[in-house]
Amino acid sequence: MKKFLSVLLFCFIATTLFAACTKTDTNEIRIGINYELSGGSATYGQSSVEGIELAIEEINKAGGINGKLIKPYKVDNNSNEAEAATLATRLITQDKVIAILGPATSGCFKAQIPVANKNKIPVASGSATAEDVTVAANGVVQEYAFRICFNDSFQGRVMANFASENLSAKKAVIIMDSSSDYGKGLAKNFRDTFTSSGGTIVAEEAYVKDDTDFNAILTKIKGMDFDVIYIPGYYNEAGLIIKQARAQGINIPILGADGFDSPVLVELAGAEALNDVYFTNHYSSLDKDPKVTAFIEAFKNKYGKEPDAFNALGYDLARFVADAIERAEKLTGESVKEALEATAGFESVTGTLSVDENHNPVKSIVVIELENGIQVSSVKVNP
Amino acid sequence: MEQFLQQVINGISVGSIYALIALGYTMVYGIIKLINFAHCDIFMLGAYIGYFCMTSFKLGFLPSLFIAMAICTLVGIAIEKIAYKPLRNTARIAVLITAIGVSLFIEYTTMFFVKPDPRSYPPLSGLMSKTYSIGGINITMQQILIVGITIILMILLQFIVKRTKIGKAMRAVSLDRDAAELMGINVDTTISFTFALGSALAGAAGILVGIYYNSINPLMGGMPGLKAFVAAVLGGIGLIPGAMIGGYFIGFAEVFVIAYVNSLLKDAFVFAILILILIVKPSGLLGKETREKV
Repeated sequence: MKKFLSVLLFCFIATTLFAACTKTDTNEIRIGINYELSGGSATYGQSSVEGIELAIEEINKAGGINGKLIKPYKVDNNSNEAEAATLATRLITQDKVIAILGPATSGCFKAQIPVANKNKIPVASGSATAEDVTVAANGVVQEYAFRICFNDSFQGRVMANFASENLSAKKAVIIMDSSSDYGKGLAKNFRDTFTSSGGTIVAEEAYVKDDTDFNAILTKIKGMDFDVIYIPGYYNEAGLIIKQARAQGINIPILGADGFDSPVLVELAGAEALNDVYFTNHYSSLDKDPKVTAFIEAFKNKYGKEPDAFNALGYDLARFVADAIERAEKLTGESVKEALEATAGFESVTGTLSVDENHNPVKSIVVIELENGIQVSSVKVNP
Repeated sequence: MEQFLQQVINGISVGSIYALIALGYTMVYGIIKLINFAHCDIFMLGAYIGYFCMTSFKLGFLPSLFIAMAICTLVGIAIEKIAYKPLRNTARIAVLITAIGVSLFIEYTTMFFVKPDPRSYPPLSGLMSKTYSIGGINITMQQILIVGITIILMILLQFIVKRTKIGKAMRAVSLDRDAAELMGINVDTTISFTFALGSALAGAAGILVGIYYNSINPLMGGMPGLKAFVAAVLGGIGLIPGAMIGGYFIGFAEVFVIAYVNSLLKDAFVFAILILILIVKPSGLLGKETREKV
C-alpha cells in the first residue's frame, strides 16, 4: 500500500513539474494583467483593461515589440488585496510574465509590490494615486513598482494654484470626505498651497462616505464670505453637495478632483446645477492633440463609446510598459525595470511623461470646466 | 437669526425621516419585543419601488407613494410570516439573529438585481421643484412635502392606535400577550397588522428620501436605520410618541452640532447624547420605570 501511495505521489509531482515547464515560446512577450474585474472597484478595473487591450491590439498589429508579439495573461483579483498578491505570484512564477499591469486601486497595487520586488519583475499601475504607493513608509523607493498617474498631493496643489491664479480667489471653503485618505490628502495639499499663495481658508467642513444631507453644512457656510468651495471627495457625495448648494442659492465656483469624473455626478447633481464647476483630471476628451483624437477615434471604433480617464490611463499604461520593453537590453525583469526608470519624454494620451527618482511620473494635468453638466473647456497645467 | 431658522428647517426635514423609520422599530418592539433589523431595508425597498414607478411606469409622485407603501406592507407581512412567526416562542436571540439575516438577505438580493451603483430619482418639475423664500429663509417644496406627509401619517397612526378596534388590540397585545389572547384577541393578526403599518411608514420614508436627496443605493438603509433605531430607544422604545420625539431630537442634534460645533464631530456628538440620556434615564425620554417582578 505504501509503495502504491509513493508511486502515486511521484506521478503527481511529475505531472505538476512538467505542467510548470511548458515550453516558453521565444517569439512572444508575456505580460500579466492583474485587475479588479469584479467586486467593489470593478468599474475602474474594467475600464482600465479596455484601454490596455486596445493598446496591445494596436502594438501587435504594428508588428509587436522588436518583432515579438505581446501575449497578455489576464486575471481577476475580485477587488481583493490578498487575491491581488496571490495572482501576482501566479503570473510571475507560473505564467513567467516579464511585467504586470495593474491593479487599478492603490490598495491592491500595494499588495502585490512585495511579490514584484522579491521576483524582480516590474509592476506598473495606471491609477494608483495614493501618496505612499511607490515609496515605502520608511522612505525607500519600491524598486519594482511604477505608476503613470500623478499622486493626490499634486492634484491638490494644482487646484489651489488654479483657484488663486485663474479664478483670482482669495477665500475658500473646504468640504472634505473625512472617511478617505484621498479626501484628506487632497484637502491638506489644497490648504497648504492656497494659504502659502496668500489665500485664506474661511471654513473647513467634513462629511463621511454615504452621507446624503449636507444642508446643515451649507446653511452654515452660506452666511460667510468666500470665493470658491473645494470638495475633495468622490462623485457620490459631491453630486449631492453641488445639488444642495445650488438649491440654497450658493452660486460661486465649485472645485474638485478626479473623483468627480463620472457620469453619475451629472445624474445626482442635475445638469442645471453643474455650472461653474472645475475639477482636475488625468485627461480630457476635449483635447485637440492629435494623439488624443487618434486614441478617441480608435477607442470608439472598438468599443462604440467615449473613453473615460481610466480607459485612457489603461491605454497609456500598456504602451508605457511596451515602450520600456522595447528599449530594454535584455528580456529580463531587471533590464525592463532599468528601461522604465530611464523613461523620459514619453508621449502619451494623458500627457508627456518622464519617470522621476521616486518612480512617479512627471506629467501635465488638466483642469476641466463643466457647464450644464457638459465638459466645455480644459486647461493643461504642466508640473 | 436667519441662519438659525434655516437650520431649524433643515433639522425638521432630517428629523421627519428618522421619526418615520423609528415608528416602525418602536411598534414592532412594543408588540413582540423584537428589534426588527430588516426594517431599514424595507425603507430601502420603498425607495427603489418609488424609483421604478416614477421612471419605468412614468407615474406621478402620489401614485408612486401609495404603490411603494402597499408593496412594502406586503413585504413586511411576508417577512413576519416566513421568518419571525415560526420562531415566536423560541429564544429571543434566535429571532434577533434571524432579523439580521433577513436584513442582509434583502440588501444583497436587491443589490444583485439593481446593481450596487447609486441611482438618481428623475428630476422633479413644476410645483414639486419650487423653492419658497421667506425673509431670506429658503424652504423647498420637497421639505414641505416631507414634513407634511410625515405629520399626516403620524396623525393617521395615532388615530389607528387610539381609536380603532385593531389599535386597541395592538395596545392590549403589547401590554400582555397571553392575557390578550385569553380575552379572544387574535394575536397573529394583530402582529401582522403591526408589521404592515410599520412597513408602510418605512416605504413612505424611502420614497421621500429618494425625492429629497435624489440618490438611492441598496445599502442606503444602514445609517438612517441605525439613527432611527437610536431615536426609538432615545424616546423610549415601544412608545409611539417617543419615536417621534426621538426622531426630531436626533435630527436637530445633528444639524446644530454641524452648525455650532464641528461637522467632523456630528455622529460622535449625537451618539454621546444618546449615551448620556440613557445613563440618566435608561428607559428613554418618555419611558416609565418598570421593575421586573421576581
